[in-house]
Order: sequence, then C-alpha cells, then structure tokens
Amino acid sequence: MRIGVLALQGAFREHMVTLEALGASTVAVRQPEQLGDLNGLIIPGGESTAISKLMTTYGFYDPIRQQHSAGMAVWGTCAGAILIATQVLDALPDQEPIGIMDIGVRRNAYGRQVDSFEADLEFKHLPGDDYRGVFIRAPWIETLGEDVEALASHDGHVVAARQGDMLATAFHPELTGDPRVHRFFLDEIVAS
Amino acid sequence: MSENVNVSTGTLRVKTGLAEMLKGGVIMDVVTPEQAKLAEDAGAVAVMALERVPADIRAAGGVARMADPTIVESIVGSVSIPVMAKCRIGHFVEAQVLQSLGVDYLDESEVLTPADEQYHVNKWDFTVPFVCGARNLGEALRRISEGAAMVRTKGEPGTGNVVEAVRHMRTMTDEIAWVAGLREEQLFDAAKKLGAPYEIVKWVHDNGKLPVVNFSAGGIATPADAALMMQLGCDGVFVGSGIFKSGDPAKRAKAIVEATTHYENADVIARVSRNLGEAMVGINISDIPDAERMQERGW
Repeated sequence: MRIGVLALQGAFREHMVTLEALGASTVAVRQPEQLGDLNGLIIPGGESTAISKLMTTYGFYDPIRQQHSAGMAVWGTCAGAILIATQVLDALPDQEPIGIMDIGVRRNAYGRQVDSFEADLEFKHLPGDDYRGVFIRAPWIETLGEDVEALASHDGHVVAARQGDMLATAFHPELTGDPRVHRFFLDEIVAS
Repeated sequence: MSENVNVSTGTLRVKTGLAEMLKGGVIMDVVTPEQAKLAEDAGAVAVMALERVPADIRAAGGVARMADPTIVESIVGSVSIPVMAKCRIGHFVEAQVLQSLGVDYLDESEVLTPADEQYHVNKWDFTVPFVCGARNLGEALRRISEGAAMVRTKGEPGTGNVVEAVRHMRTMTDEIAWVAGLREEQLFDAAKKLGAPYEIVKWVHDNGKLPVVNFSAGGIATPADAALMMQLGCDGVFVGSGIFKSGDPAKRAKAIVEATTHYENADVIARVSRNLGEAMVGINISDIPDAERMQERGW
C-alpha cells in the first residue's frame, strides 16, 4: 500500500514514521506529479495558510481533486482537515479549500496556543481504550453533510469524521505514538 | 461521551506540538501589522512581533527590551498564524506580560539585552511555550531542561551573514553524533562536559537527535541561505532583518518560503532567487566588537 504525505510544510515526517511502522510504504509529496498511483494521501498538520499558499504556487488543487475522484483516499489532520473541507468558517479571504469533504470547519476554534490541550476521546470503531487527542490551535468540525459520520467529539464539537474514503481529524494522531487512527485509516478507509 | 475526559493545557506535548507544526516553515520578524500581513501572505508559518528588527537593535545600541504591548497586540490582532515575541534572557516578568497578551510562543532571546547573567527563565512555570537560542548541544540541553519546547541555533542576529548560523548548526549536528556514538558508561562524563542533565543526554544518545524541534536563525538573508540551513539539518528557519531590510520584502519573503520547502531542489531555488532586488547589507563577523556579539549572551 502506497501512502503519500503532503510534505510542503508541517508534521509530515511523523505521519510517515507511523505509517511505515504499520507496514505501509510512504512518499513525501512535494510536487503534484507524485500524486499518481497513491492509494491514499495524508494532508498533515502545519499552518493551513502556509500550506495552502504553497499548494496554489505548485498547482496541487486540481490534481488532488482528480486523484481523489479516481480512488485515492484522503485524510486531513488539523490544517489538513481545514484544507479538504467544502466550507471553511473564519477563512482568510483568499484561502481556497480543496473542498472534497462535506464538512464545515472552523479555524483556530479553541483559541490561541495557551488554549491548546490534550483530552481523552471516545473514537468510534477504534479498539481498546479512549484515544488521547492532542489539539494544537485546533479547528473543530461545525457542520457535517448527510453522508458524514461523526467519529469523535469533545466538549460538544465534532473533532473527527468520516465520509466514504475521506477522514478528517482536528487533533494530531501523529504526535501521540498511538498508531490506532493510522491503522484505522489504512484498514478501514484506504483498503475498503 | 465519557464525563471525565482528562483535559490538560500547557503540557510538554502541546508545547512541542506547535513547534512540530511549524517545521519546514519560515518564521519572520515583523514590526508592524502591515509587515505581519505581508509575511502571512508570503506563506510564513509564524511571525515574531518586535519593536525593532535585530539589525536596527544593533545599530541603535543601548538596552533592548520587550516590545511595547501595543505593538505586540496589534500584530496578534492582524494575522491568524501564530505570533511569537521576545523577552530578555532571565526576565520572567516580561515573559508573564507577553503570555497575558496572548502570544503563541515566547523567544527568550539574546537579541535583547539580558536581564540576568546567571539564570534563564524557569519556562516550566508557563503555559505558553518557549523557544531559546543555542550555539551548541550543551546550551540547547540546558535550555530544554529549563522547559524550552523548541530550540534555534543562534547565528549572529542582524548581520545578514550566515557564517555563524552554519557554525552553530554544524556544531549541534557534530555533538549529537558524538553523543550518539558513545558507550553508555561514557554518558555521565559527557553530561559533565556538556553541562547538561544526564537524563536528557541519555535521551539524545538513544534517539540520535534533539528532543525538540530545532530551527536555524541569525544571518539568513537569501533563499539559498535558507536551503543551506535546511540541508545542514535544521527543521525550519527564522529570518529576522533579512526580509524587511531588503529591496523587495514581499518577493524575497515568498522566495525564502519556497526555498525552505524545496530545499533539496536546486531548480526551484534558482528560479525563486532571480530578480529579488537588493539583499540586506551584510556585516562581517570580524568587524563586530566582541562585546556586541549577541550570540555570546546566554549561559
């Protein structure tokens, strides 16, 4: 299974390390041409504005949409969840989302860095105990389309959701060393 | 949903986590909301809110302090990317003030005049994370033991001369490799030589890297400088005076962002390096009197 991790900026290496430990082969995607023959793509956490500017400059938007239509699964964490949403609440005027997942995401919803936090989450379909969510200047998922399943919530807001072959998490499973969400992505989202 | 969700803020993981999110990015010094907007538009991952950039601090001389809260607040209010600000080494009240202003990261910085020549801020006391400068592994590990969640190699700020940034990055890499290659019984002596706690030295030995993200700073002025530091192994770059002391800040800022992402791609670096206008005027390190070398501050 070949999984690309968008490597323009942010915590892409941690995703790759976790995926490789689970037996997937990974590609650090820096140019749109690298999107061909990927089974899945992770858009990692980072600064959503910085990543979206670089995506525009290097022409990533249409190729990601096309590859997704052609069967590539997509997972966005934090900034990545903002980028795949159809609606970004509180977006910068020129910030363009990829707009493939039918969710509305609010940027920096929990506040500034001093409000960043960790919390235990009941994550649907994951085996074992609660999942420790690490939220860094995190967004939340404010609206969900009809086909979107909420997977985890915190304090009344959805923080993880799935729509078909797409996954969005407001927190950072790549920072915890707990590979269960990556395992879920590979087994239930990419493979199905 | 379970009732007890065990929420905690200001944990080490949350502090180091923001630094992880900044990796592969450029943090730019700004002194006005307009410059902050320009930096955000160029793709900066964060801005450093200052009253003066290091080159001007160097030129002005005298005692350099925390920026006026009005400036910091206006910059915090003008952009959605994280905002950093500098406090003097050891000046924990400046740090308290900046935390209360909603700054996302504090830089306990040698660019400002130190307030304490023995003790740095006890950074464990704060919810906001800290980045600190270091010239070598021992200095980095001392800062981490005091609670720093991110390190930056110091270079020589405000010079537009990358030579000290290179020296410090190479020293860091060499010393990490040295520690990683030691036998277990040698680590106690290494801790003594480095002036750093044994537990963190052991961690570096076992993992072959620093326990926190390390950016490069102090003298980066061109896209090629940024890519050089990335190829030497840093996680991202701070650009201080290099952008707003140059001829075309918007273009240079965007070019440095692209070169930092595509640091291994010489074609990209060549393309973005064209027609950037005048770079900041550089200073030779040997022309700076010892007492004015900012990198010597911090202990």
